[in-house]
Amino acid sequence: MSPIIIKAHNIVTVLGENLIHDHISCTIRKNEIYALLGGSGSGKSTLLREMILLQRPQSGQLNVLGFDLKSITPIEAQNLRRQWGVLFQSGALYSSLSVGENIAMLYREYTDLPPNLINELVALKIDLVGLPPHARHLYPSQLSGGMIKRAALARALALDPKLLFLDEPTSGLDPLSSRQFDTLIRQLRDLLGLTVVMVTHDLDTIHHIIDRFALLGENKVIGEGTLEEVLQIDHPIVDYFFQKGSYGIQS
Amino acid sequence: MQSSSRATLEIVSDTSKTLFLCGGAWTLNTLTDVAIILESYHPISPITWDITNVTELDSAGVALWHLYSRTFKKKGIISEIIGANDDHLRLYNLLYSHPYKEEPLPKNPSWLYMLGRETHHTVQGIGHFLAFLGEAFVLFFYTLLHPSQIRYRSIVAHIYTTGTQALPIIAVSAFLIGVVVAYQSVVQLQKFGADIFIVDMIGISLTRELAPLITAIVVAGRSGSAFTAQIGAMKMTQEIDAMKTMGFDPFIFLVWPRVIALMIVMPLLIFFADILGILGGMVIAQAQSHLSFTEFIHRLQGTLALKHYLIGILKGPFFAFLIAMVSTYRGFQVSSNTESIGHYTTKSVVNAIFLVIACDALFSILLTELKL
Repeated sequence: MSPIIIKAHNIVTVLGENLIHDHISCTIRKNEIYALLGGSGSGKSTLLREMILLQRPQSGQLNVLGFDLKSITPIEAQNLRRQWGVLFQSGALYSSLSVGENIAMLYREYTDLPPNLINELVALKIDLVGLPPHARHLYPSQLSGGMIKRAALARALALDPKLLFLDEPTSGLDPLSSRQFDTLIRQLRDLLGLTVVMVTHDLDTIHHIIDRFALLGENKVIGEGTLEEVLQIDHPIVDYFFQKGSYGIQS
Repeated sequence: MQSSSRATLEIVSDTSKTLFLCGGAWTLNTLTDVAIILESYHPISPITWDITNVTELDSAGVALWHLYSRTFKKKGIISEIIGANDDHLRLYNLLYSHPYKEEPLPKNPSWLYMLGRETHHTVQGIGHFLAFLGEAFVLFFYTLLHPSQIRYRSIVAHIYTTGTQALPIIAVSAFLIGVVVAYQSVVQLQKFGADIFIVDMIGISLTRELAPLITAIVVAGRSGSAFTAQIGAMKMTQEIDAMKTMGFDPFIFLVWPRVIALMIVMPLLIFFADILGILGGMVIAQAQSHLSFTEFIHRLQGTLALKHYLIGILKGPFFAFLIAMVSTYRGFQVSSNTESIGHYTTKSVVNAIFLVIACDALFSILLTELKL
């Protein structure tokens, strides 16, 4: 078995009056494409935000790349942040910087490489995610939805992270772009040895590229495992989510 | 990933061939020294890169190799690579899957072009503002014919936020302006023993000029910026588009309630500022030249002609119209990026204050010519 990258154990999250997670556990292994699934409001995005240190659970253990997030020191946290890349749902590109500058910023802040090597790396990352070379001079407001996602992915990949978090990577993309994006993610996983954690609703994505996933619902993890394993579980949310028996995924 | 090992580069060079012995981890965090060496290296003979001993390689390593091979090639020196393993090749093929094309930097346009573009934008901007005003008036007359469409509730809400809530700041500003004017004039007037003229000075200058102007500036900074930010935020979240598709005209729902509310509120605020400003002057007159409040008010009744007060109040709706129109117009110009909201809010306040001062100057000239 490949080593464990992220381990969540008995996570409890309360936001205001609402209980979001009621003792949730899940395990993500190296080199897999792992998804957090669930209906709206099931707390999957919250769990993702907890993994990337944007939010803290009330109790429970969360271990990412060997760091315990509860007792992590600010310096360790800074170290950890350099080892992952995050793609936000809306891209979250800095609107005052061009695409190229958005990517180059990370190299400028974190390395002392000479400017023309940074330039080369930016061009590489832009090419890697399938954007045309001139896109580096464009500003986020000049990009289409699909291009924003790709540019944001290029930025997430800038520091060659081993762990990639994607928040609804295919939402807002047309079906063809979604499939291309899926293929790209899988290629990157295979070639760069990435571990990918994503929140998604897209049944095609789930069907085609996800290795394992956790299905969240009723504040708990209803099932964790591969698609075949989870489809065995007899639970109304599993039926509802995968639209079993109707026009969804057939087991 | 963190790596303790370093990137090494050993250069063995003679006139017929150069050998680059590469070793260690060639990753983003370790390559700085190697890159600095290569940056200043002048090749003299064909280069062979031996990467047999490279233990770790990431995209930075591949990019470095490709960049400097290209750089050396431009100087007429060819490079070849030996000792690449499967992992290295896979990464290389992923990153340089198709022939590399250098992307030229966009050219900086000449100053003449920039000047022309800015001028064109300015002229176009005036045109757009006039079009905005035109559309607003079309809908104004439309709502006059259909009074049921007037948003009374919204007007009242804006009167509350732009008027009632502005009272404290206007009170303080006007009072202080009264104090300042009184202080400065008392010193001069005392030299001539004409202390009593402080009343004329305060009464006329405040009601006619200073109170309207200071009120307009405070309102432009306070409510004008709020209007731009409110409408700008709605534009960003597509609420304006949603309104349009539902048939709610933004001019009827957003622009006119603000304009009307501000036009109602402004004369009232100016009246309020008049009183507080004169009060400020009275306090100083008593403190500095022992002019009692009763004497002050008695003198004020004699010297302050009604026209001065009325002219000051009359400016209110004009200033209000300019402030509200400019700030709502700037709000609609906000585009979908986060920076533009700050940009246009700044512009809106600057434009509003400028227009108010220009309008005030126009009033001065006009009224002087009319001998008022």
